[in-house]
Amino acid sequence: MSNINQAGSADEQQAPGALVEWEQRVAGYAGEPPFVEEPQRLSAIAAALKDAAIAAAIAAALFLFFIGFRTDIAIGGLDLTTRWQAFGTAIVVVFVGRLLFRILLWRPATKAGTRPLLLRAFGSGEGTPLSEHFARHSKSVGVVALVAAVLYPVIILALFPMKDKQFIDLGVLVLTYIMLGWGLNIVVGLAGLLDLGYVAFYAVGAYSFALFAQFFEVGFWFALPIAGILAACWGLILGFPVLRLRGDYLAIVTLAFGEIIRVVLLNWYTFTGGPNGISGIPDPTFFGLEFARGDDNLPGLLGIGYDSAYKQAYFFYIILALAMITNLVTLRLRKLPLGRAWEALREDEIACRSLGINTTNTKLTAFAIGAMFGGFAGAFFATRQGFISPESFTFMESALILAIVVLGGLGSQMGVVIASIVMIGGFELFRDFAEYRMLIFGLLMVIIMVWRPRGLIATREPSAILKERQTISADMVAQGEGH
Amino acid sequence: MSASIKDNVSEPGRWDESPVLTVENLTMRFGGLVAVDDLSFNVGRGDITALIGPNGAGKTTVFNCVTGFYKPTEGRIIMRHGSAISDAEVRKLTESGEQSMSTAEGAIFLLERMPDFCISRDAKVARTFQNIRLFGGMTVLENLLVAQHNALMAASGFTIGGIFNLPGFRKARQKSIDKAVYWLEHIRLKERADEPAAALPYGDQRRLEIARAMCTDPQLLCLDEPAAGLNPRESSELNELLQFIRSEAGTSVLLIEHDMGVVMEISDHVVVLDYGEKISDGSADYVRNDPSVIAAYLGVEDEEVAEAEAEAAAAAAAAAAAASAAGQTMSGGEPAGEQETKP
Repeated sequence: MSNINQAGSADEQQAPGALVEWEQRVAGYAGEPPFVEEPQRLSAIAAALKDAAIAAAIAAALFLFFIGFRTDIAIGGLDLTTRWQAFGTAIVVVFVGRLLFRILLWRPATKAGTRPLLLRAFGSGEGTPLSEHFARHSKSVGVVALVAAVLYPVIILALFPMKDKQFIDLGVLVLTYIMLGWGLNIVVGLAGLLDLGYVAFYAVGAYSFALFAQFFEVGFWFALPIAGILAACWGLILGFPVLRLRGDYLAIVTLAFGEIIRVVLLNWYTFTGGPNGISGIPDPTFFGLEFARGDDNLPGLLGIGYDSAYKQAYFFYIILALAMITNLVTLRLRKLPLGRAWEALREDEIACRSLGINTTNTKLTAFAIGAMFGGFAGAFFATRQGFISPESFTFMESALILAIVVLGGLGSQMGVVIASIVMIGGFELFRDFAEYRMLIFGLLMVIIMVWRPRGLIATREPSAILKERQTISADMVAQGEGH
Repeated sequence: MSASIKDNVSEPGRWDESPVLTVENLTMRFGGLVAVDDLSFNVGRGDITALIGPNGAGKTTVFNCVTGFYKPTEGRIIMRHGSAISDAEVRKLTESGEQSMSTAEGAIFLLERMPDFCISRDAKVARTFQNIRLFGGMTVLENLLVAQHNALMAASGFTIGGIFNLPGFRKARQKSIDKAVYWLEHIRLKERADEPAAALPYGDQRRLEIARAMCTDPQLLCLDEPAAGLNPRESSELNELLQFIRSEAGTSVLLIEHDMGVVMEISDHVVVLDYGEKISDGSADYVRNDPSVIAAYLGVEDEEVAEAEAEAAAAAAAAAAAASAAGQTMSGGEPAGEQETKP
């Protein structure tokens, strides 16, 4: 009881001890008498079958008129045809679908013993199995993902010689969004400041490089740090007016900031080229060597022959390196006082101030560092496209990056990767079904938000551990301003 | 040097000899409402000072002024580091218009001029909150590390050195963890160091918040109702913790409390507020027997004050006898008369 007050007298220590005993005795009497619960007769499979049968019956009632009958315009009125085969198929699809859904995914309000197969396979214990699974193996998952990313262009070049350029380009696109997601994650996920205008920093980075290349003929590697620094400066410029804002107001001002940058780029015709954009942005070199035809250039010197896919692969490795720098810096910052102060700021700003943390500087560094990575990504975007215009930096982009962060799980690095692959990769793969693309996209977002309202990987990893690592479930973690 | 408060409700005491904090003529108005009216009191170095009063008396407003969360309408709040600080030095600082000044053997801070985070960082005044404000999604250990932010930030070379994990930072980090563990042992939460703070029971959260404030190395710890919502066992643990903080860490404590058991048992000095004005100021015994305090708490008519005073004196005598006999019992030897005074 009392190793605190060493100086306390013996009887002072005894009295609370007696109190503890008394409390424990009372606790022992409390509660309901023990009773054995009736074992559940209906097994999980039977319950699922019953549930699927009910769903099939409802489907049958609905589809009878929607699918079972068909009216065609015929001479003298309507002609009624029956389509029992389609009707039957629909019911079977509903039955099987519901059954699988029920067995594999959906968790009805029952005890832990009857948890669905897929969830049981993914993790142990109560709560959020998928997240826990990732949390426990986050390091190995990360390493596997990195190895897969490094090998991706090689595999693509070997397996799809015809479509290699397209697939590597898709990989570059996905990685660009992963990097943007990681950059925004600093502001939204760690510091908890909702930023709807992140694309502005992407634009600042892209235009910094494009304009430097146009006016001073500098190369990508020289312009890259400048683009990052300029974007960070713009992060500070945005940061100052929004320091005192919270919630919706913060969101609106950052949204406006993103639009202001775009409108300025659009209208400052003499400097930025306005809607015509800037073209002829140079490609990045490899220690002064270019990826172009000719014996003096890199493919010629290596003797591998020119293939535009090689240039794509080079882009892929550049963005992979940039993204990994973003990731490693973020992971490192989380364990430093600055990153911990960001998270504390997200949890409780007033408590931060009471502990002597300068919240102004802390917020500004979050905006600046997040913006800096946006600027790097922007410079890369400019060199990859070779042409930029304000069209590329609309609010839709901000919303997409924010959606990646939110769907992935605020503050989760792996969540951003998964969300980027699913959303950007999926988006591109469904390009053939152009008219259904937005439909599928919307449906996916609804499903994820219903299934996992705090994102795919919602658990938080502690930044310092005394004895054992415990992941923190999402419902304890505050979401910060504007959520 | 002695800054005794000259008014008719104060009992002079040792807190006037070398106060760590002096509140002078503090007035806080919200529009037409006067929350605190011309309040002056001293907080003695190494004392536990209690600020009590009925609900709405302005206690938390005083706290918010002292810790910089409100800018007082009028008044001066002086924080002294080091005991040998002359009135002339305080006057010099006040006239200079600066926020703080270092003297030969310490420093003076005028808290009413400082922003809130500087009061914690430079003037070393830490506080807790009436409704607990922990970082719920962070672990117990992380909460204590966030409190050491400024020391760690400097050690990490404002992040640059930290990114490369330089030896200086590694050493500072280990030191900060050691300090966190030291406090975790004293609030008996070491076993739960890796759990999220929001998962702790209420009493543990209260103690953790105090430990977090202590991790900022304060000279003055301001506690806003630390015993609120605690059961008798937890509040006796809290008493032990506060006495430990006073004796071992050498931190002066200023606390707001409604639990008279806690107040009367541990306070060296009690200041009573009612409707924003100070109605009594002195030792626990002096305040307990002050008729105006009894009147404020019970809301009696003037003629009943004398009667209440006699009753309280009897209760105090009984309580003193009971306390010496039983030591710490259920409510920490709370006198029956005071029990009723709780609003």
